[in-house]
Amino acid sequence: MVTVVKRLLLLATLCFTTLFSPIAPAADKPVFKICWSIYAGWMPWDYAQQTGIVKKWADKYGIDIRFVQVNDYIESVNQYTAGGFDGCTMTNMDALTIPAVGGVDSTALIVGDYSNGNDGILLKGQGDIRSLKGRPINLVELSVSHYLLARALAKNGMSEKDIKVVNTADADLVAAFGTADVNAIVTWNPLLAEAEKQPGSHEIFSSAQIPGEILDLLVVNSATLKKHPELGKALTGAWYETLNTMHGDNPTAVAARTMMGKSSGTDLAGFAERRAATSLLSNPKQPLVFVQSKALLTTMQSVAEFSFKHGLLGNGAPGADAVGIGAPAGVWGNTANIKLRFSDEFVKLAAAGQL
Amino acid sequence: MRKMINSHPQRLSRGLLGLLPLLLLLLVYLVASDARLAINPLDKLLPGFNDMSSAIYRMALEPDARTGEYLLWTDTLASLTRLLSGIFISALLGLLLGLFCGGLPPVGALLSPLVMLAALIPPLAILPILFICFGLGELSKVMLIVIGVTPFIARDLQQHVQNIPREQVIKAQTLNAHSAQILWRVILPQLLPRLLESVRLSLGSAWLFLIAAEAIASTEGLGYRIFLMRRYLAMDVILPYVAWITLLAFMLEAVLRIYGRRQWPWYYVK
Repeated sequence: MVTVVKRLLLLATLCFTTLFSPIAPAADKPVFKICWSIYAGWMPWDYAQQTGIVKKWADKYGIDIRFVQVNDYIESVNQYTAGGFDGCTMTNMDALTIPAVGGVDSTALIVGDYSNGNDGILLKGQGDIRSLKGRPINLVELSVSHYLLARALAKNGMSEKDIKVVNTADADLVAAFGTADVNAIVTWNPLLAEAEKQPGSHEIFSSAQIPGEILDLLVVNSATLKKHPELGKALTGAWYETLNTMHGDNPTAVAARTMMGKSSGTDLAGFAERRAATSLLSNPKQPLVFVQSKALLTTMQSVAEFSFKHGLLGNGAPGADAVGIGAPAGVWGNTANIKLRFSDEFVKLAAAGQL
Repeated sequence: MRKMINSHPQRLSRGLLGLLPLLLLLLVYLVASDARLAINPLDKLLPGFNDMSSAIYRMALEPDARTGEYLLWTDTLASLTRLLSGIFISALLGLLLGLFCGGLPPVGALLSPLVMLAALIPPLAILPILFICFGLGELSKVMLIVIGVTPFIARDLQQHVQNIPREQVIKAQTLNAHSAQILWRVILPQLLPRLLESVRLSLGSAWLFLIAAEAIASTEGLGYRIFLMRRYLAMDVILPYVAWITLLAFMLEAVLRIYGRRQWPWYYVK
């Protein structure tokens, strides 16, 4: 009997140690894992990693950076929040409502672009925002699409009470728009472009009417960044080198854009179309001005207020300002609980050519 | 020493033994949750029990700020309505198909290949077609359950009819019964308890189809809420919802089992 127990214990220990022991590091270089998902504004990361730009910069600072593509966008943000990754690509709203609210102090290392028409509201048949009154609208609830709709309604003196939101998975939105009982949707590219091909449909509002409010970021864990500033330097360096490479008409740039288009399921022309609706902040001086502006805090305030109204700030949130948002221009919200930081530290270095 | 193979635990100790793994799991969860919360008190992945209970309180007993509804009850009502109407239609269709395909060989020859084929189609694979045919409303959600569950019930019942001893049917014919009478008086009464069993067994997949349908397009429902909350990792709501679904499924099955045993005690005689 005793031997049986002993054997069982041994077996259990074996199972546990193999399951939970960390994999032995191959080299003594620190390894960082960054997740990303497919979106026009994030395709440069794919290119940078595939062509070795990331590796070049990581080597320069003596670290190892691994980019992991996650198919489901929201899953990638959740994985980052759970601690599976050191950084992740996400929008400003999701950065606030998922990791920051979940107590993961995060830094928006790079403000890559803002949506300038890449998100939109489509309607079948005649009408404008006002004619949405009383109608059901299909969208991914609690996403930036929902935020866009709320902004569109507010700009036209309406509120969400005037319409009916039907939660629809992003993968099914285009097909849903083809059915008879769906006549208004809110979505983003490439779905937006696909849905717009539906005869009789037209865009009644787009993010071009609220430029600079939907931001696409590369978010990194603040504690990791503080401990390893070289991660911030390497990522920032790789990002602006990639943007520089893909800019212009020279063959390398065209090849780079073709590759990014292909990886995101379209071609060179399609990618150009999407990029036109995405204001890529390609010269480090542009995001520097953007991140240092007071307007950024105003935008984040409006995002935080929307999130609070929809319960995205969680159970015990006393108000929209429960989570503090830090930026070079100041802090919005609870200064004792700053969990989302916009940093100009590394972009400044990039702009000054000191990376 | 008594051999393990011969020791049968008493009723009470069997109950306690069954509880042990559950308690162990709970303990593992508590330890893991504590460890994560110690590092980050706002962690969303493994919320503590107080977070979950306050989430339950909020969902069940406080009106929602936006809609003024008590979310847990609206969701439960919506989901149960869809589930039960789907199951009811499937049971009815399954019974008809099973009875006629099993009892009347010409009908069986005509329809059973179709039923068999339909049973092989994974309903989730034809979802896009379903919602083009039935729209995105309530109908498509109920239809997904019906399409998923009916062939299973129909095939099970058909098999059961074919297992009814041939002697019974012949005997009825010697008493001058015609086909309809045999179906009604001999086969149907023996089929009903089996229908209940079959429905009970298919409840699991019915729940699966319900949750999948609610994930696609809806404005309320248990599956809808889980998928919505998933968007911002609100595990304090998701975990109680999963527990609630499990409890509902358990109760539904218990009700069917008890009803069956009361109604047709002869069926359960071994």
